[in-house]
Amino acid sequence: MEIIKDKQVVNDTWQVLRLHEGDAADSIAVPQGKYLVPLPVWNCQWDALCERRELGLWLGGLERAEDIPDDVNRFPVIAIDIHKYTDGRGYTLAYRLRKQYDYRGELRAMGDVLLDQLSYLKRVGFDSFAMRADQNLQRALSGFDTFSVKYQASVDVVAPLFNRVARGVA
Amino acid sequence: MYHYDDFDHQLTAERVDQFRDQVRRRLSGELKEDDFRVLRLQNGIYMQVHGYMMRIAIPYGLASSAQVHKLAHIARTYDRGYGHLSTRQNIQFNWLRLEDTPEILAELATVEMHANQTSGSCIRSITSDELAGVARDEITDPRPFAEILRQWSTFHPEFAFLPRKFKVSVSGASEDRAATEINDVGVQVLKNAQGELGFRILVGGGLGRTPIIGQELVAFLPWQHLLTYMEAIVRVYNEFGRRDNLYKARIKILVQAIGIDEFRRQVEAEWQLHKDGPSTLTAAEVARVAAAFSTPAYEILPQLDASFEAAQRDDKAFANWVRRNVTAHKVNGYAAVWLSLKHPGQAPGDISADQLDVVAALADHYSFGELRISHLQNLVLADVKQSELYALWQEVKAAGLATPNIGLLTDIVCCPGADFCTLANARSISLAKAINERFEDYDYLHDIGDIDLNISGCVNACGHHHVAHIGILGVDKSGEEWYQVTIGGNKGTPAAIGKIIGRSFSFAQIPEVISRLLQVYVNERDEGERFIDTLRRIGHEPFKTFVYAEQVAEEAKLLLPDYEALQVGVPYELPYFSPRF
Repeated sequence: MEIIKDKQVVNDTWQVLRLHEGDAADSIAVPQGKYLVPLPVWNCQWDALCERRELGLWLGGLERAEDIPDDVNRFPVIAIDIHKYTDGRGYTLAYRLRKQYDYRGELRAMGDVLLDQLSYLKRVGFDSFAMRADQNLQRALSGFDTFSVKYQASVDVVAPLFNRVARGVA
Repeated sequence: MYHYDDFDHQLTAERVDQFRDQVRRRLSGELKEDDFRVLRLQNGIYMQVHGYMMRIAIPYGLASSAQVHKLAHIARTYDRGYGHLSTRQNIQFNWLRLEDTPEILAELATVEMHANQTSGSCIRSITSDELAGVARDEITDPRPFAEILRQWSTFHPEFAFLPRKFKVSVSGASEDRAATEINDVGVQVLKNAQGELGFRILVGGGLGRTPIIGQELVAFLPWQHLLTYMEAIVRVYNEFGRRDNLYKARIKILVQAIGIDEFRRQVEAEWQLHKDGPSTLTAAEVARVAAAFSTPAYEILPQLDASFEAAQRDDKAFANWVRRNVTAHKVNGYAAVWLSLKHPGQAPGDISADQLDVVAALADHYSFGELRISHLQNLVLADVKQSELYALWQEVKAAGLATPNIGLLTDIVCCPGADFCTLANARSISLAKAINERFEDYDYLHDIGDIDLNISGCVNACGHHHVAHIGILGVDKSGEEWYQVTIGGNKGTPAAIGKIIGRSFSFAQIPEVISRLLQVYVNERDEGERFIDTLRRIGHEPFKTFVYAEQVAEEAKLLLPDYEALQVGVPYELPYFSPRF
């Protein structure tokens, strides 16, 4: 599967482990290889999993910042599952991971990720995008630089416009 | 007023390009409606009964004559020659084609206008006091802070997909003309005992299905912290606001659920992470924006103009108009003037292209080229010399905008209702016209005096019926339109939510119901008492009892199926370019 990473279309090397009905977080087997595991699995099996270097984490919309492990930087990838593009919780979660938890690894948006949301997703700290299956990734690359002017601070710019540039006479 | 610098222009242009591309993809089928809907809503575009409707932002209700001429041009070129002013100081065009909307945005950009975030689950266009800068009771001009908030909220990347819409209003006077108590966040600009500037912030007010008056979140927030504090509020809401039920998703429900103290604790904890950070407002930025709202070049004039006094003595009609539609100004010799958009037979808040051109020209001639839109759906010329009021009145009269009814029964606040809106259960505009016809007599209206009558076509309460002295709400009963009547609401200082008087009425009964409510007032009032004062003194019961004492007859002509057509002619042929057909 292809994803967009650092504004390029690349092959994804990660697989996502999902809990299906009947699966339990404490007993589901995490296969060998590069897997993104859901937070409950990490929480239940961390003493077995913490030895594995190539292990990523994924968070759903319901996860709260306080549920996130402190040592986020042990994960090379953290993905946030955006189950519906109109659900904006993932944006604040991403912002917290970057600003509050100082997460420096790959931050991935996955799920209902569409071209028209890419510029905002990028601003709050996402740098890779596993987009919805019907999206044309090459076309989607045009979605990153919609706005060159940013009034407010976020993850991409630390200060609002008025603190970054000399503004004109209003 | 605020003028765009290069950054504002650039961003507005980029927004137009973005939306042009989105519409192109929608029309080619590349974007499905489900993915496009939110994109168009964040550009103020709804799919309504007859066509696409666009809600254009008039931030904090202030527009230049050039902007108003542009709106007239849009009304003529792309619409059916008129627009509708909303209760959030915006203007709506009801008859647009989707393919024209990017060009409309491009035209608006040439006069520093847009439709950004006038709809959708995001921070909406900021509203304020229509008398900002001229009101005698003003503490500080709220508009610089409204503009600073406009910029902060525009395309805020984190808050484009909130649980629900998020409305902010800013007021800077002792009387609240900006409805801060019924917004998601109300910002009251004030000074503390030391004379320092800051804000009292209210949260969780709102109407709709669950009307609630906003609660105090912070009594005094020093001005520097406006953006970091707002950001903390919206972040907590974005994380914890309900998303499972559309009707419980507003911030007021969150605040009610966890309580104001716990909500405050969460906001303060979040705020501590960013307080005094780079988003802290600077004196330089406030000064830059405030300079745009500096006092115009007023002349030194006597407090009262002699010719103005004489004209009122000599011309009773002028005196009547002055009494209702002219208000005091903080500068001697000047006045603020309301142009009424509540002419009998006209939909409240509707304004034609020709009228838009006329008022823009009047603004140029009489009022430093600026106009305000009030949240009660009228226009204001805020800086008119008293000596020119008589001449102005004659021009306003010729344009059909001099109905001397500001604040009177027929100054009805009204949403578009089922005539236009897909959400509505019942007609609002048609009902407003029927009420207007029934109470046309000016002497009677003046005798009744100050009274707020609001109509909403559904529980979304765009007509703010909860905070009217008499509020009318359209409800659906087995597919038929009915109206519930509330009394005792108040729109500000302090705001209050009205109470339902009893079972609902038909369209044709409402004028008689209102008449009965007024009869109780006339019988019971003390000297000089307004309707709301009498109601507060004697309580709801006498009103209720009298209204329901005898069967309310239906007004015969209102029962005619083509009542509307008889009155104004068929306003449109259906289906026009409605996306629904």
